Amino acid sequence: MNIYFEQIIDLYQHPRNFGRLKKPTVSHEEVNVFCGDKIRMDLGIKNDQIIDVAFGGSGCAISIASASLLTDMVHGKKLALVKKITKENLLQSLNIELTPTRLKCAWLSWEVLQKALKKL
Amino acid sequence: MLSVTRIRQDFPILKRKINGHPLVYFDNAATSQKPQIVIDAIKNYYENYNANVHRGVHTLANEATMAYEESREKIKKFINAKSTKEIIFTKNDTEAINLVAYAWGRNHLKKGDEILLSVTEHHSNLVPWQILAKEKGAKLKFIDIDKEGNLDLNSFIKNLNSKTKLVALVWISNTLGTINPVAKLIKLSHQNGSLVLIDGAQYVPHQQTNVQKIDCDFLVFTGHKMLGPMGTGVLYAKEKILEEMPPFLAGGDMIREVYLEKTIYNDLPYKFEAGTPNVGDFIALGTATTYLNSVGLLQIRDHEKKLTLYTLKKMSEIKNVEIYGPSDVNNRGGIVAFNIAGVHPHDVASIFDDYGIAIRSGHHCTMPLHQRLKLTASCRASFYLYNTTDEIDCLLNAILKVKKVFGVK
Repeated sequence: MNIYFEQIIDLYQHPRNFGRLKKPTVSHEEVNVFCGDKIRMDLGIKNDQIIDVAFGGSGCAISIASASLLTDMVHGKKLALVKKITKENLLQSLNIELTPTRLKCAWLSWEVLQKALKKL
Repeated sequence: MLSVTRIRQDFPILKRKINGHPLVYFDNAATSQKPQIVIDAIKNYYENYNANVHRGVHTLANEATMAYEESREKIKKFINAKSTKEIIFTKNDTEAINLVAYAWGRNHLKKGDEILLSVTEHHSNLVPWQILAKEKGAKLKFIDIDKEGNLDLNSFIKNLNSKTKLVALVWISNTLGTINPVAKLIKLSHQNGSLVLIDGAQYVPHQQTNVQKIDCDFLVFTGHKMLGPMGTGVLYAKEKILEEMPPFLAGGDMIREVYLEKTIYNDLPYKFEAGTPNVGDFIALGTATTYLNSVGLLQIRDHEKKLTLYTLKKMSEIKNVEIYGPSDVNNRGGIVAFNIAGVHPHDVASIFDDYGIAIRSGHHCTMPLHQRLKLTASCRASFYLYNTTDEIDCLLNAILKVKKVFGVK
């Protein structure tokens, strides 16, 4: 099963929204206990809307591509809509089949986002 | 010389195909595969003489007890211990270390005492000591490594002092493959009045072990990394030390006489083996030691050395591959950790799996060592008696495939 499609490699090597926000409304970092990978997400929120987003950290192609896609998915969205994004939604946009251990890589950024939202 | 072709026939799993390719199993540092003879030993126990040990007087109980104790005798011989009283069966290597931390550590450590470890320790030889140190107000000290991942002897000597009650060291690093000169370090520690625990998880399965020669006070290792079943950890400790230690777990089998108010504990080694043990699996571990002896530990070491030398040579010829650990195979077990520039180890391992190659990726339960090396993670190939240079060629080819997928030069 080849999961390394052009889109994944491209997102890994040229991730979108990679970096830091100067003054994030909320920020959260999580570690994948299985491998030690880290993803941090900064959210800029105004009137219940995500107006700015950035992520950072170190991880595999799957976790970085997933974080890249997720930050694109939430950018400009109302919080009510963002909260409705499921892990499966994220997996659909990744468009690859993953084994259970690699699913943890794909879902790491989703978990970071959920925990960041809970801090609000 | 090992007859690897013949040895491979003893391991049914090696006939498996993974994603259409023959299995290339290079995750031996995590667990080894099992020969048919070991699988049969488990089957034979459950089919023919399954019974609880040390209690029943019926035939099955006698047979099970005899086979279980015979296995202890085999393991005693395998590491050249003086007596079977010094061989304690545990769940795994981790439980064996915890046993020492609780039963010995809690009774011998006081505020201000020090435990000396190295930065290369597996989490199992670090976290129990962190907990103990916190409870007792003791301190952990760490021996550093040099550029190649060899233990820094100066750092060892600098950290060893009158407060050092215990030195707990890995024999072969499960990440770098470094073989630590334990006999020398034990001697220096004893001169300083410190006891020494050696984590032999990666050494005992691969090289001849002689606890009387190295003179360690505690040695821990685990059966599943030496062709035996999972759930078979071993603690060796000098009889005198074990006699002084209170029990770790309490309950059945570790008692001599029980009254409502008090208990007289059983003799060694049973004092430390509370409850029904893992009989069938330990019998099979005995069989695994017989198998290893029939092949010969010296021959196994020699074979792994050749495989390691070949890997280091060929891998270092590939651009943008970084290899960690000692370059001299005399100081190195059959473990090679590496990274491909710009590619995360998980992605390397996933692509390897497409070609049927099993390696470990991540921090291999040595997060502090990875921090010390300024790495998030690494790839690790680890060898055993059934591996071949052809399989290493498969791995080298797979590295080239990974580089192609990720556009690495």
